[in-house]
Amino acid sequence: MAKLNINGKVQEVKVEDDTPLLWALREQVGLTGTKYGCGVAQCGSCSVHINGEVRRSCVTTVGSLAPTDKIVTIEGLSKGATHAVQKAWAEVDVPQCGYCQSGQIMAASALLAKNAKPTDADIDAAMTNICRCGTYQRIRKAIHRAAEIAAAPKAKAKEGAKA
Amino acid sequence: MNVSRRQFLVTSAAAGGGLALGLHVPFSAEAKAAAATEVNLWVAIRPDDTCVIRIARAEMGQGTLTGLAQLVAEELECDWSKVTTEGVTPGRNLAAKRAWGEMGTGGSRGIRTSHEYVRQGGAAARIMLLQAAADEWKVPVSELTVEKGVITHAASKKKTTYGKVAAKAAKLSPPDVKTIQLKDPKSWKVAGQGLNRIDTRDKLDGSKVYSIDVKLPGMLNAAIKQCPVFGGKLVSYDAVAIAAKPGVKGVVKVDDSTVAVVADTWWHAKKALDALPITWDEGPNAKVNSASIAAHLKSGIDAEKAFVGWKEGDAAKTLAASAKRVEAVYGTPFLAHSTMEPMNCTAKVSAEGVDIWVPTQNAEASLAAASSASGLPLEKCEVHRTDLGCGFGRRGGNQDYTRQAVLIAKQFPGVPVKLIWSREEDTTHDFYRPISQCKLAAGLDENGNLTALHVRVSGQSINAWVNPNFDPEGKDQRQLQGIWQAAGDAQFGYTVPNLLVEYAMRNTHVPVGPWRGVNTNQNGVYTECFMDEVAKAAGKDPLEFRRALMSKHPKHLAVLNAAAEKAGWGTPLPPGVHRGIAQFMGYGSYSAAVAEVSVSPAGELKIHRMVLALNCGHAVNPAQIAAQVEGSVAYGLSATLYGENTVENGRIVEDNFHTYPILKLAQMPKVETVIVPTYDFWGGVGEPTICVVAPSVLNAIHAATGKPVRQLPLKNQKLV
Repeated sequence: MAKLNINGKVQEVKVEDDTPLLWALREQVGLTGTKYGCGVAQCGSCSVHINGEVRRSCVTTVGSLAPTDKIVTIEGLSKGATHAVQKAWAEVDVPQCGYCQSGQIMAASALLAKNAKPTDADIDAAMTNICRCGTYQRIRKAIHRAAEIAAAPKAKAKEGAKA
Repeated sequence: MNVSRRQFLVTSAAAGGGLALGLHVPFSAEAKAAAATEVNLWVAIRPDDTCVIRIARAEMGQGTLTGLAQLVAEELECDWSKVTTEGVTPGRNLAAKRAWGEMGTGGSRGIRTSHEYVRQGGAAARIMLLQAAADEWKVPVSELTVEKGVITHAASKKKTTYGKVAAKAAKLSPPDVKTIQLKDPKSWKVAGQGLNRIDTRDKLDGSKVYSIDVKLPGMLNAAIKQCPVFGGKLVSYDAVAIAAKPGVKGVVKVDDSTVAVVADTWWHAKKALDALPITWDEGPNAKVNSASIAAHLKSGIDAEKAFVGWKEGDAAKTLAASAKRVEAVYGTPFLAHSTMEPMNCTAKVSAEGVDIWVPTQNAEASLAAASSASGLPLEKCEVHRTDLGCGFGRRGGNQDYTRQAVLIAKQFPGVPVKLIWSREEDTTHDFYRPISQCKLAAGLDENGNLTALHVRVSGQSINAWVNPNFDPEGKDQRQLQGIWQAAGDAQFGYTVPNLLVEYAMRNTHVPVGPWRGVNTNQNGVYTECFMDEVAKAAGKDPLEFRRALMSKHPKHLAVLNAAAEKAGWGTPLPPGVHRGIAQFMGYGSYSAAVAEVSVSPAGELKIHRMVLALNCGHAVNPAQIAAQVEGSVAYGLSATLYGENTVENGRIVEDNFHTYPILKLAQMPKVETVIVPTYDFWGGVGEPTICVVAPSVLNAIHAATGKPVRQLPLKNQKLV
């Protein structure tokens, strides 16, 4: 039994402490957007945010988490897929099969939260998730686009302030 | 068929809230179409004018769903923004005497072998909808026009929509197919456009339900272990040792070589399975390793005789008399598919019937597997299709995971059981890309012209794995894919006066199967890298050397030229950057690539840019074709750089992504796609460009280092 703060809600999850967060999310909480790909932190399909950091949930045990640790899954990233990364992903038409994309989107959104305008080198370093369909070129493009989308309202607000 | 089989209550998670709600997920076509009127097999229309287009092929990322819908919508003249799709189930197809045609999705056939009948389906629906409006208004149908699903009679200024006349249209007799005139692609408005995919939305927020995500009331989960040595047997296991582990419901012998633990959750099943004492009889194959397989293949290279796939003139005699002779032996390893979504299948078996939820490239093969494993007739089985988390050929004819799930669920009657393979099981129990070696010999005359070519491929046969009685003499043209004489599918693009193409079948105990691009990948490496070696020996530019051999193959040549032109072949490059070129044909399409690479003094490779050209005949969606080409580069580069499954003590050594690495974003070069459709044939898209990736990169490395690379993957090679 563990108390976990998932997508803004603290809930009790009936699992042993050594259960990976991935399987607690998928099988106990019913959040199947977070995917199993390798189980050994190699592919990143299971990426979630824990206190704003991207983490691989397949090797993060439930027992290592406190109720104060804020877990965000793909389902809790935004309402109605409105996060700048999700919007950019739709616009650039990134996904092919889509299986790894929850993890890709979580990795990209964590990157942008820390680095509002990442360079190609920043993207290379941060985006280590595997996409077997090979959507990498579009992922790169969509991260740059997401940075623009996220910056747009702020730019407008600045303009407004000047006026 | 009872209602529960058709409309399953599936518990799914409410987005973000984590509440398990009972949601109706319409897996079956019937459930979704409830509010729509079926006009014909391919088109159903809802009162709000939504057009539901039926898709028989599997969507695994390749975009066939969007492309097929575009083709139907083009002829239907509906509003593209109101198009949605639904999958046809194989049970339904069977009951309708396969009215939806073939469901198997492999060999890049999704569009190229169904474009005609799906367009006819769209056109027939349009004709019926217009006729229904004409009947209602009592005017000749010839006076009606339609645009985006709105029917207009100009003279009377009357307007109606597809949603309003669908019910009447459905009662009309369909037009005779022979009278249907399909549109000239030049007038396409929806097809031919680089539209975004129509199946993206639920891939953005985790709401898409793949088979691995299916959740059914009372469902149990199974984890599986197969004998690590192919052909070995399960001797015994100690179920008592793990009986008290959390959640364990039972240990099940699946078949002669497989055991499964069934538990409340998959994690519990997996943990208990890892602790299960198992005794295997590994059998004689446990003595086999990569070195013994390589020696076996070499015997095929050295053998006096082999199956002759194609012969022109006298290659041996000409080679012996040639002014200059070039020889090389190449090799490529076994490769696992590594679909991102591992093998899985959920099955519910009772005396009434079998229901399975499975990621499948061939739903009819899944249906057959469910029937044979359960012992129930096909009519009592149904496959609930989901889109796949990758396919790559792994989930077509080989329905091993479906069979296993049914065999396990059979032992829990009426209870749904979800079988998931661990990544380790998935990587070590694949149907691998066949291993092979290839010896090539070329003869040049005094002027550096290619006068003779001998190609001897020695390796494992996919056909022989599928059917052990396939051909004892090893006559297997499939293993020579891409070096075929016949036009149309995978024709060799060069004319060589004295040519001998041979295949020596050398099978192993390792299962093999189609791997995206199948044998074009290996044969592309062999012939196209060797072509550069021969050009070098002749003192000629690799592009010019190829062009001189291609006058009788204008389509191959046009694509090669398109790639060369876009890449700026012959123009200066930054210091240290070198180009390589390759062309090949597969799946009815013509491909070429130019790679730009640099190799550091320490031997580090950097791939800067890749230009790929493709003539797939008809370009139904250029944006999705470009996506497939980009993906093909990633798939091809993973194999080129890292891909290798080795055999030790009869088993596959590499078992997960740390030992079987996949290309990551940082290694992905810039890809430029040039689509040069000639609109006089229909070729495939998902596979044909992979086979030019490796040879163009290897040829660029050869240009950079002066040293040919003849064995893949590059991780094992010292480049300088």
